[in-house]
Amino acid sequence: MPANQPLLEVKNLRVEFPTRRGVLVAVDDVSLHIDPGEVLGVVGESGAGKSMTGSAIIGLLEPPGRIAAGEILLDGRRIDNLPYEQMRKVRGNEIGAIFQDPLTSLNPLYTVGRQLVESIQTHIPVGEKEARGRALDLLKEVGIPGAEERIDHYPHQFSGGMRQRVVIALALCAEPKLIIADEPTTALDVSIQAQIISLLKRLCREHRTAVMLVTHDMGVIAETADRVAVMYAGRIAEVGPVQDVVKRAKHPYTHGLMGSIPTVGHEVEKLTQIDGSMPRLNAIPPGCAFNPRCPKVFDRCRTERPDLMPAENSEVACWLFEDRRQATAAAGD
Amino acid sequence: MASDVAMATEATDAHAETVLEVDGLKRYFDVSPPLLNRVIERTGRRIVRAVDGIGFHIERGETFSLVGESGCGKSTVARLIVGLYNPTAGTISYEGTDLSTPQQRAQNTAIQARMQMIFQDPYASLNPRWRVADIVAEPIRHQKLVASNREIRERVGEHLTQVGLAPSDGEKYPHEFSGGQRQRISIARALAGEPEFLVCDEPTSALDVSVQAQILNLMKELQQRLGLTYLFISHDLAVVYHISTKVGVMYLGRLVEWAETQTLFGNPQHPYTRMLLDAIPDLDMSGRARTPVAGEVPSPIDPPSGCAFHPRCPFANERCVKEVPRAIEADSSHVACHAVEEGRLPGWGE
Repeated sequence: MPANQPLLEVKNLRVEFPTRRGVLVAVDDVSLHIDPGEVLGVVGESGAGKSMTGSAIIGLLEPPGRIAAGEILLDGRRIDNLPYEQMRKVRGNEIGAIFQDPLTSLNPLYTVGRQLVESIQTHIPVGEKEARGRALDLLKEVGIPGAEERIDHYPHQFSGGMRQRVVIALALCAEPKLIIADEPTTALDVSIQAQIISLLKRLCREHRTAVMLVTHDMGVIAETADRVAVMYAGRIAEVGPVQDVVKRAKHPYTHGLMGSIPTVGHEVEKLTQIDGSMPRLNAIPPGCAFNPRCPKVFDRCRTERPDLMPAENSEVACWLFEDRRQATAAAGD
Repeated sequence: MASDVAMATEATDAHAETVLEVDGLKRYFDVSPPLLNRVIERTGRRIVRAVDGIGFHIERGETFSLVGESGCGKSTVARLIVGLYNPTAGTISYEGTDLSTPQQRAQNTAIQARMQMIFQDPYASLNPRWRVADIVAEPIRHQKLVASNREIRERVGEHLTQVGLAPSDGEKYPHEFSGGQRQRISIARALAGEPEFLVCDEPTSALDVSVQAQILNLMKELQQRLGLTYLFISHDLAVVYHISTKVGVMYLGRLVEWAETQTLFGNPQHPYTRMLLDAIPDLDMSGRARTPVAGEVPSPIDPPSGCAFHPRCPFANERCVKEVPRAIEADSSHVACHAVEEGRLPGWGE
């Protein structure tokens, strides 16, 4: 494997949902990559397509949703067209998943120990006893107090934060190279959220696991991610290093989004407001999808759709930066 | 009197007028198993002390916020104040009128009508079978504010315009609107009752950030224009910081600290308040190391003895385990903490 090959590469991904009233495009021409050991944050409001991108990568799109175009490569190998059984091996073995609601990702009828042992034995050829030992180590590693006793408890006997720790242990049990974490802290209280974030950060550093962190919470991204992709109406609006996106947002949408988050210590009479709301999938406007809400809109935005173009350290899908690129090119001539 | 309302929003401290006063408020819920089970299993009753003796007062034109993690009883307080629950003990008085019991509420419907509530989930709080115009007209019809249908229609149109919707939206059903627009409808419905006091139970928690900003801006604007008083319930400290004049922090059914917003966020006293502030994700990316506090909120069925926070508190001693702390005034905050009282707590940020 070449040194600079990304762990995960998504090329021109398009996810469609055929319905009676026509085809809805939930993810439209999304390209991104994640390097080994890197944390890529994917942010956006509900309906932006961020969870769909995650589900497409782990091959868990709910029918009738389907990948209509594009490629997903893990370690240079295509995984989007694998048969079901092979994909099952990739899932868990090479890509782990953490979902929002820990109660629905655990089976309420089995003890957490049994679920961990089963997952371990599915992916690694070890005996029952060794698997149980590993399960115990994992529970200790994710910080469950009294793990020896807790391993034989059922999910309902755990609190929300502890359950999410069990889910993280489950995701880690086959030592995957990539974890897709879909809103892992959204269902938790703030103090528990901080615990889970620092746990996730520590484990990924220790195991050199890459993470695709899907969330709507900019605070979580700012604390955790190395790079951020901001999604809007199924497309990436801006992608770049976390410092650049959070503190020097380029795209008018990211800019507005950052301004609309109230922060402790910054007293403002009025929050920056992006009027309107994200378009529904069946009514995405022509041109740039953000143009009806954009304060800097001009004619070209209404007709022509911008692709990602470089702007300083980031890439931005906005025509404002096309002019700058041309200007710099002209200056170069 | 009408000009007083407008004046009071500006001069909060000069001649502040207390609108709502709550004292020793308690609400217990009986979650015992049935009698037969209790006899066979030889177990006693199980009581959840959702709200266990809290007191505060709200002045006209201000926004008082209650923050806390899930299960701390903040929503129960909201429901007690509007009368959706009856208190187990304690008093609630609105402009000097006692509204503690359902009988007292029944005798004072005119005063009761000055309070309205906005709920968290705009998908569950609007009747899906009613047109928006009927939803907004309900408080007007109920309180017989105007008589004729034409006047009601006009009023509904005005209220919809006030919250940034069009009067023609009244013909639609709730499912035709997005989450943010539905919350605007909820606000229009609350305003239709011509309230002075709004109880807002997590009004923006179900919304996306950009929509949350719209609703928060709208609420602030309406407060200034109509001289409203808010009781705002939230778990999001940043939202609370933005909207409140005073903040109370709740933990397991009790108020542990309350103060003016700037005081509470600038110089938090109670270890739990400090922990909550420390847990806010850092958007400034100053690289500040967070110290996540271990442990979780215990069950309110069987809360820890003494100060309920002692199992998670780094400053707890024997007294904290035994004795429930009483609220004292410290540096213009009200704090219920033995460590603060004894002066053995380090300063904030040290």
